[in-house]
Amino acid sequence: MTTNGWIQILVYFGVLTLLTRPLGGFIYRVLEGKPTIISRVLGPIERGFYKLAGVKPQAEQHWTTYTMAMLIFNLVCFVSLYALQLAQKHLPLNPQGMDNLTPDLAFNTAISFITNTNWQSYGGESTMSYLTQMLGLTVHNFVSAATGIALAMALVRGFARRSGKTLGNFWVDLTRTTLYILLPLSIVVAIFLIWQGMPQNLHAYTDVTTLEGAKQSIAQGPVASQVAIKMLGTNGGGFFNANAAHPFENPNAISDFLQIILIFLTPAALTNVFGRMVKSELQGWAIYSAMAVIFLAGVTTLYWAESQGNPAFPAMGIDQTASALQPGGNMEGKEARFGIARSALFATITTDASCGAVNGMHDSFTPLGGMVPLINIQLGEVIFGGVGSGLYGMLLYAIIAVFIAGLMVGRTPEYVGKKIEAREVKMTMLAILCLPASILGFTALAAVLPAGLAGLNNQGPHGFSEILYAFTSATGNNGSAFAGLTANTPFYNLLLAAAMMIGRFAFIVPMMAVAGSLVAKKYTHPSAGTFPTDGGLFISLLVGVLLIVGGLTFFPALALGPIVEHLSMLAGTTY
Amino acid sequence: MLSHFRPAIVLFILFTLVTGLAYPLAITGIGEKLFPHQANGSLIEKDGKVIGSGLIGQTFTSDRYFHGRPSATVDVDPNDSSKTVPAPYNAANSGGSNLGPTSKSLIDRVQADTDKLKAENPNVAVPVDLVTTSASGLDPDISIAAALFQLPRVAKARGLSTDTLNQLIAAHIKPRWLGIIGEPVVNVLKLNLALDALAATSTKPPAQSAG
Repeated sequence: MTTNGWIQILVYFGVLTLLTRPLGGFIYRVLEGKPTIISRVLGPIERGFYKLAGVKPQAEQHWTTYTMAMLIFNLVCFVSLYALQLAQKHLPLNPQGMDNLTPDLAFNTAISFITNTNWQSYGGESTMSYLTQMLGLTVHNFVSAATGIALAMALVRGFARRSGKTLGNFWVDLTRTTLYILLPLSIVVAIFLIWQGMPQNLHAYTDVTTLEGAKQSIAQGPVASQVAIKMLGTNGGGFFNANAAHPFENPNAISDFLQIILIFLTPAALTNVFGRMVKSELQGWAIYSAMAVIFLAGVTTLYWAESQGNPAFPAMGIDQTASALQPGGNMEGKEARFGIARSALFATITTDASCGAVNGMHDSFTPLGGMVPLINIQLGEVIFGGVGSGLYGMLLYAIIAVFIAGLMVGRTPEYVGKKIEAREVKMTMLAILCLPASILGFTALAAVLPAGLAGLNNQGPHGFSEILYAFTSATGNNGSAFAGLTANTPFYNLLLAAAMMIGRFAFIVPMMAVAGSLVAKKYTHPSAGTFPTDGGLFISLLVGVLLIVGGLTFFPALALGPIVEHLSMLAGTTY
Repeated sequence: MLSHFRPAIVLFILFTLVTGLAYPLAITGIGEKLFPHQANGSLIEKDGKVIGSGLIGQTFTSDRYFHGRPSATVDVDPNDSSKTVPAPYNAANSGGSNLGPTSKSLIDRVQADTDKLKAENPNVAVPVDLVTTSASGLDPDISIAAALFQLPRVAKARGLSTDTLNQLIAAHIKPRWLGIIGEPVVNVLKLNLALDALAATSTKPPAQSAG
């Protein structure tokens, strides 16, 4: 670890914190339907959308109606994306003549993109036509992110509204989020990224003869427009197979810095939106602080582990020491321009959030370094988290935290003025327990079936980690991978798709039930006996609950994978 | 429930038109106008022919050139389309080795590469980035240490002085952004192009300072 590395990490965190409140204010205005600086331009378009779609923007929806609208919208998204991939061969904008996808791969990818997972069983530049990248993947990058933000707003309204029945209108939240927040930011970011070296064209790949006379076919395409929303929407599905490690998808330190800012930008701002809606920004900052504590702990561990390098290398005569001339450390699967600090920072952020873009290959991380992304996702991706999904996940953990605090003092718990009772706690537990059930259940299945073991790239405990990571990532709707696993088989495509659906929808429905139940409750004024949820004690309790729930549930599986591997690495065992 | 289908379908179509068609095409147009070089892949020409991209690494094997990092990219096996064969710096199929630190294949590969490098410069420990594959398999850069490690070999093969090459490397270091963000690196293709340019300007009279 170097001083410069730490400065890079702290500069990042400082910039993020500075941006949280201003963007929070903007998103709050958009989602509360207040005029913003861009309403003059976008207002007529927005109203046109409602007119054509037959949406009455003032009509509010009950939680069941809101949820049903969301589910049906996702069904339409799924069907269209599935069909597009099965027909791309016969459609325009396919200069490389990409073939249609196999049905299981198309199914997996369609589920992957509607659930905001963006898991890549497909290979980007070797699988998808430009039309599929634009009309398929780019569109779902927008709308699956907007869906997440809409759902988070529904839950926040459940807390903020004083004894109502409705949670807003899904169509309005979806449209306003897409048009006012995601699209304008993406346009600015995409142009900036082109300036930094990201290609944006519709030509066939460029065939060149290299300086030494070899042939090289250089894949390109409409990269920048997709990458902008890929990061902003915490989607993470790469235009290229190597994702943000590809020099075209992340050309330099500036593009790297911008991309990780974009991952946390909206999730961080949403904590502030929450604060504003419950009329105490301090409540938002409390959530922000709990997230920040775990983020900083994660990046410290990961940065330390990767700086150590591979203990087998020094004896071979390899220099892994960081110096002014080289980053040193574990450089297998990392890019020279990013070195150790930026790779560690990126890997922590992408798995704290539900992004899943990578600028280095997690599969080649040291065992403990690779365990940090695993834990981050297993905690439910609530450390800033996905756009929307991070906030609604963390608010469910907050419900558990005040519930436990209530048990300790024997009082009905309250959170931001709403009493938390049996129904909310049951629904919250139902949502949270879906994650370990899917992750551990599917991992156990794949670890004993020949079809599950067939795709391993590494042997020994690391092979088990590859399986565990795949189902963790799919259930958590993350999308990053220990990418050595050959996941493009019918077995993995279907099982991972099932995990992605459970992780998204089996979590959302009980969460929306909580929102519906909360919104009907009266506001309770804080009394002398109310546990304050905007101070250090609550922040520590929330962090503790997260680590205990996540830690205890997954520790046995982690012991079999990364921990055993770490010990065998120190002992010099190879597989 | 059926009443949700109209807004779902109509809004989906409208979003598709705006975010899937208008947005990427507009960005393509703007990129072409403002930054045509970058938008088209930062291609580099030599003698009127495109020889690569400044952002994409390529294979170098000759002693006369600086070499990039090992690459783990593969291509479809021409004899059996269900298998793959190693194809370093395949810019149409990016990817890393995905080998973990306890993998025997990794240790064997690194050992073999290190032995080769030690033979050409036995006095210095091998910089780690020179024997590890990058994440993309297309890394255009190496660390400064990796460039300096190769200096004696290139100097010998080209009959150039150590000073000349030291200066050339120094001139091609891309520093950290604002002195803080990223890692300082050397772009291998650009360095090698500069080497060739140096040779072209100083071929006659023959090497004045070969030491």
